[in-house]
Amino acid sequence: MTAEAERPAARQAAGGARARPPLLRLRGISKRFGEVVANEAVDLELAAGEILALLGENGAGKTTLTSILFGHYAADAGEVLVADQEGRLVALPPGRPEAALEAGIGMVHQHFTLAHNLTGFENIVLGTEAWWRPRPAPPGARRRIEELARRMGLEVELDRPVGQLGVGARQRIEILKALYREARVLVLDEPTAVLTPQEAEGLFATVRALAADGRGVIFISHKLAEVEAVAERVVVLRQGRKVADRPLAGTSRSELARLMVGREVREPIRRPRPPGEVVLALDGVGAGSGRDRIEDVTLELRAGEILGIAGVSGNGQAALAALVAGLLRPERGRVELLGSTAALSSPAAAVRAGVGRIPEDRERDGVVGELDLAENLALERLAAPETSRLGFLRRKAMRARARRAIEAFGIRAPGPDVPVRLLSGGNMQKVVLARALDGAPRLLLADQPTRGLDVAATAFVHERLLEARERGAAVLLISEDLDELLGLSDRIAVVHRGRLAGPFPSERLDVPTIGLLMAGHEGGLPAAEVAA
Amino acid sequence: MSEALEILFQASFWVAAIRIATPLLLGTLGALLGERAGVLNLGIEGIFVAGAMTGWLAVYLGASLWSGVAVAAATGAVFGLLHAFLTVTLALSQHVAGLGITLLATAGSHFAYRVAFPTLTQPPRIEPFAPVGWAWLESTPLLGPVLAQQTPLTFLAIGAALLLAFVLARTPLGLAIRAVGDDPAAVEAQGLSVAALRYGAVVVGSALMAVGGAFLTMSAFNAFFFGMVCGRGWICVALTVFASWRPLKAVAGALLFGAFDAWQLRLQTLAGGVVPSQLFLMVPYLLSIAALLLAARRADYPRALMKPWRRGER
Repeated sequence: MTAEAERPAARQAAGGARARPPLLRLRGISKRFGEVVANEAVDLELAAGEILALLGENGAGKTTLTSILFGHYAADAGEVLVADQEGRLVALPPGRPEAALEAGIGMVHQHFTLAHNLTGFENIVLGTEAWWRPRPAPPGARRRIEELARRMGLEVELDRPVGQLGVGARQRIEILKALYREARVLVLDEPTAVLTPQEAEGLFATVRALAADGRGVIFISHKLAEVEAVAERVVVLRQGRKVADRPLAGTSRSELARLMVGREVREPIRRPRPPGEVVLALDGVGAGSGRDRIEDVTLELRAGEILGIAGVSGNGQAALAALVAGLLRPERGRVELLGSTAALSSPAAAVRAGVGRIPEDRERDGVVGELDLAENLALERLAAPETSRLGFLRRKAMRARARRAIEAFGIRAPGPDVPVRLLSGGNMQKVVLARALDGAPRLLLADQPTRGLDVAATAFVHERLLEARERGAAVLLISEDLDELLGLSDRIAVVHRGRLAGPFPSERLDVPTIGLLMAGHEGGLPAAEVAA
Repeated sequence: MSEALEILFQASFWVAAIRIATPLLLGTLGALLGERAGVLNLGIEGIFVAGAMTGWLAVYLGASLWSGVAVAAATGAVFGLLHAFLTVTLALSQHVAGLGITLLATAGSHFAYRVAFPTLTQPPRIEPFAPVGWAWLESTPLLGPVLAQQTPLTFLAIGAALLLAFVLARTPLGLAIRAVGDDPAAVEAQGLSVAALRYGAVVVGSALMAVGGAFLTMSAFNAFFFGMVCGRGWICVALTVFASWRPLKAVAGALLFGAFDAWQLRLQTLAGGVVPSQLFLMVPYLLSIAALLLAARRADYPRALMKPWRRGER
């Protein structure tokens, strides 16, 4: 263990030959929830100035481990040791977030914990000043925050209510919050999930600056590319156990994927296929309101083709998705499905016309959590003969169909009668997918189809999307994951402030180019390629 | 018509408007404090009744007027504690718990009154707060004479509004209260206690509501009788939205309603022979609805309002 912990120290030239002092040590952490083992005898060590990636599938125990570290849970066995001012490792009292804060552990949650009605400054100083004082923070606080922001590349407007700031700025405030409390160990939980590639680059620079400043960073992720970009050492968790703890140098991406999943994961490959007739056509369409508006959008989507839509969320994707799902009517221009404008006049019409829909927010729009699996699968076809007869539900037929879907889509559920809210995100998405693909749709709307899913579930969704394409369906894929877009799409269009750039053949695009287009730089693409 | 407007320039009209506004201001401050912390307190109507009853009873039994106010505040705090227990600790629905408290406090107060005075037909009277009548205030131009006609509780209400405005805007405690009404997770992540903040806000808010009730029996009238609160609590719930959860705007909102009410009272004597008085009684409520419609369209509710918070759940 110690030998392994020292190796990454050698990688860093600035650190010299001396081993860096340990900041944090987890020893034999175990935690169970009922029958479920969340963590089993996990050891972990973090040195000052080190960037450690914590890698694992959903449900591998990453969140439980960090919750124990931060005192949200008490471990059943094992202890958390943090270096004190003199560098001695001292055990933290379990289950006490205040003690973890006090010891210098800062956490940047995946879902930000910011009050939207307070300004950035107020959020940062919240809870740091004695409650009875007539001022929110000591006089020097502001200068200190500005100084930290400048040094760490975290510039942000401190006096606007957080609710008015974008996600990138909110994340910078979250990090400043931890730094203002003099966090020496910073845990970032899936920090890039909401960022553009450019913002992510900025974050990586910040993370490196933090490490250079002598702090330790734990970077939680399941995206292999960004782990390689930022970390020196990687710890892989699988089913609650640590399965690897090694320097990243010399470890291949496919090896990491195998360690995470426990078996070989093959991403499906898109085979060339001539596109068929035009399925979806938008001509000069303007629709939506506020930030979610599209303006003058023209595009064609053909059978057997996957058209990717890239863009930072909130640039009009929701309006585009709502149009295709029949939830929104265009104010200007025409939207046609197989030559008919009536086909997308309402959600019911869209379903009848053969549109399968995977909505962006599966828990809000995709499933009804309280209804069981069989009911959720039948929701789009309540009047159809396979679901009801004379106004009565055909329970038996519904259950049989649910069992077939469980089989075909590998949904991990106790049976067709389980309320869908009890399923994991990946399994919930499989329910949505099963319903969307039922009846072989002509057009499949896939809006962020793999958001929050792990490697194996993502590969499964990708495979099904490509299968639908193979079968001759037209697929509109809206995603923020550029690797996903580049891997699956035949053509990609980029949406920025409601306007579309492209579509371009995906072979001619790469991640930096799309990133520039997402930020609104039309010039990011050489003129010849724009013409193509 | 000109006579109807001339009323607005009479000192007696403004004296009445401020008197009517005082309990509404106290109630609105109490409601907005709780709501800023994310807890709707529909117990307000019942807490008004309970405060009116216990404050008055304490004085009737021989306590001083200020002790009566303290008794009323303590009564409100107890109901606030109950509401906080139901909505924060047990995380029950805030609507249902609040309405339950209104029913309990109203019926309990009437019951206690009947038990204490089984045979009386005329409500027993106390010596209420007198107008302050400070000489320096009398001689202040414009508002001076009008304010000098008010009782000490009005000044308490104005002081409470100023203090609350300062605390919410400028102190660490105020930051924490505003934050817990927006996102309890943000408060917990900073090592503060969501429950302690919400308990505190609801308990202090309920005490303010009860003092608003005590104003009725100890300043406006000198007795307790059934139906005296008459929906004032519900007006406060609406005024809270009208004030967009800001204490100083609550002063304006309460004054506006008080002015409408005082105005219609005078209109009745002016035109009572021609128009049924019930129509005049509707005036402040109709105008409040109109004002509320304008304000509430832009209302920016505290995001966590009415959402129970359970630790470790999202």
